[in-house]
Amino acid sequence: MVAWGFALPFVLVFTVFMLVPLLSSFGMSFTDFAARDIRSPFSVNFVGLDQYTTLFTDPRFLKALSVTGIFVVVGIPITMALALLLAIALNNVIGRFSPLFRVIFYAPVVTSIVAVSVVWRYILQDDGLINSALSIVGIDGPNWLNDTTWALPSLIAMAVWRNTGTLMVIFIAGLQSIPTDVQEAAAMDGAGSWRRLRSITLPMLRPTMLLGAVLISVGYLQFFEEAFVMTQGGPLDSTLSAAYYTYEKFGFGQYGLASAASYVLFAIIAVISVVQFRLLRSQD
Amino acid sequence: MTTTDNAVPPVLSPGGVPPRTSRARGRASKRHRFLTGKGLTYAVLAIGALVWLLPFAWMVLGSFKTQREILVRPPTWWPKEFTADNFSTWFTQLDFGTFFTNSLVVAVITVLGNMVFCSMVGYALAKMEFAGKRYLFGAVMATLMVPTVATFVPLFVMVSKLGLANTYGALILPFLTQPLGVFLMRQFMMGIPDSLLEAARLDGASELRIFVRIVMPLCGPPLATLGILTFLSSWNNFLWPLVAAQSQDMYTLPVALSLYSTGQNATNYGLLLAGAVLIITPILLLFVFLQRYFIQGVATTGLK
Repeated sequence: MVAWGFALPFVLVFTVFMLVPLLSSFGMSFTDFAARDIRSPFSVNFVGLDQYTTLFTDPRFLKALSVTGIFVVVGIPITMALALLLAIALNNVIGRFSPLFRVIFYAPVVTSIVAVSVVWRYILQDDGLINSALSIVGIDGPNWLNDTTWALPSLIAMAVWRNTGTLMVIFIAGLQSIPTDVQEAAAMDGAGSWRRLRSITLPMLRPTMLLGAVLISVGYLQFFEEAFVMTQGGPLDSTLSAAYYTYEKFGFGQYGLASAASYVLFAIIAVISVVQFRLLRSQD
Repeated sequence: MTTTDNAVPPVLSPGGVPPRTSRARGRASKRHRFLTGKGLTYAVLAIGALVWLLPFAWMVLGSFKTQREILVRPPTWWPKEFTADNFSTWFTQLDFGTFFTNSLVVAVITVLGNMVFCSMVGYALAKMEFAGKRYLFGAVMATLMVPTVATFVPLFVMVSKLGLANTYGALILPFLTQPLGVFLMRQFMMGIPDSLLEAARLDGASELRIFVRIVMPLCGPPLATLGILTFLSSWNNFLWPLVAAQSQDMYTLPVALSLYSTGQNATNYGLLLAGAVLIITPILLLFVFLQRYFIQGVATTGLK
């Protein structure tokens, strides 16, 4: 009784603002619920799987899924490789500058994506900082954000910049949990530094890396602000993310369709979260 | 999992890293010339750091340039004449004070709500036995990663029906408690010895008294982590405030900036950069002063 008293505020908020929306989002995805139905909920019809059929026959939704997929599949390895490089480097130079570097590489993580998107849009303008720098060495850079080839890579570059710090910190924690004596024993046996990195450090860091990959992929799958501020999903839908598509359908008042789209995205994230849950448990 | 309890990290370890191991590792690496030598390592770090800082530098410099200078090609690096006009426009012509207040009020109440409510349920989950406990914890774990995008459509419908649309209630209530916070508090409280609580119970103290007088005073580290993580995500939150705030007087800072940056001010970069500076600076200052907790939060929970 007392225990439920302690749990009550959480249970209330959790039920009303998490559980109910999560279930009704699922329910709504099988109806033709639209903006006008907020006032007259009795005109809502059950339409079965129609919304999902609409989704998967809409080339724009398929495009959104593939854009999101590319964002994740290209963004994750780059972010991880960079974070690993920085983590190993920072783990090796313990000195006056080490905390400073850590702060610098982590700083983008705490910034508002909207704010940094504005900054990166300014940097990536056709006559912006990047292209001015490139023109000095004689390269005529593309109009990054207005180019169907370069817009998505530009957004990926910004995401890498913003998220590397998160993984770096996780990797440093992982590196420091590797016992020193193993490294030293291998060194005694004559293993060079490259060999030790490949045969000891990386294998022992594997669980941490898996966890990091899952964490970042859950974030990357939802990418929205970047597209909203920098490209509005364009040009020609080349940066249309699944979350942006959902928001767009919501904006058009097609709540049933938006719910269905959000559930497809959620299902993908849920699968990955289950993997993460397993990882967390095996780590405890 | 919980390295949160090493409460006094010396100067050497800003990331809450146990100092002894890191120093030992430093010596080990010196001996074995791990990687390809210190010089190369420093070079990689220095170049990386410059690239990492460039967007911030360009943002700050740009925010002090006049609109005319911003359009000059090739761009000037250092502003020829510093102007604060971009900033004063936010205060005089745009309603910066309102946006800032909204962001702050939402963030502070969200933080307080999470600290109190997540601790309460965390205590119940960690130290009490009750019917349905397993299901409650299961629900918390299952929804740990549910993104706003999965719930915002019905949430908006519900908030509209309740008459909460475009109010602080709409902005705050959905985030007032979060599964991550519950998880964090429970994990820490599991580590509090039962004997401590039993002694108090034998003395006839009520659970509420034990919670307030014994448990909470021990929870400084996880509360700091929770508070900072919550403040950060609230301050930077975007999708839900964008949906829930429908008029200027309810905009939070990111919503205001995003709408100006896609509306009629889309190319007024001086103004937009000044806005970015105004959003980023408070959180960056907070980060520099409290970096230990920021970084510890990520390292211990593994979540942003």
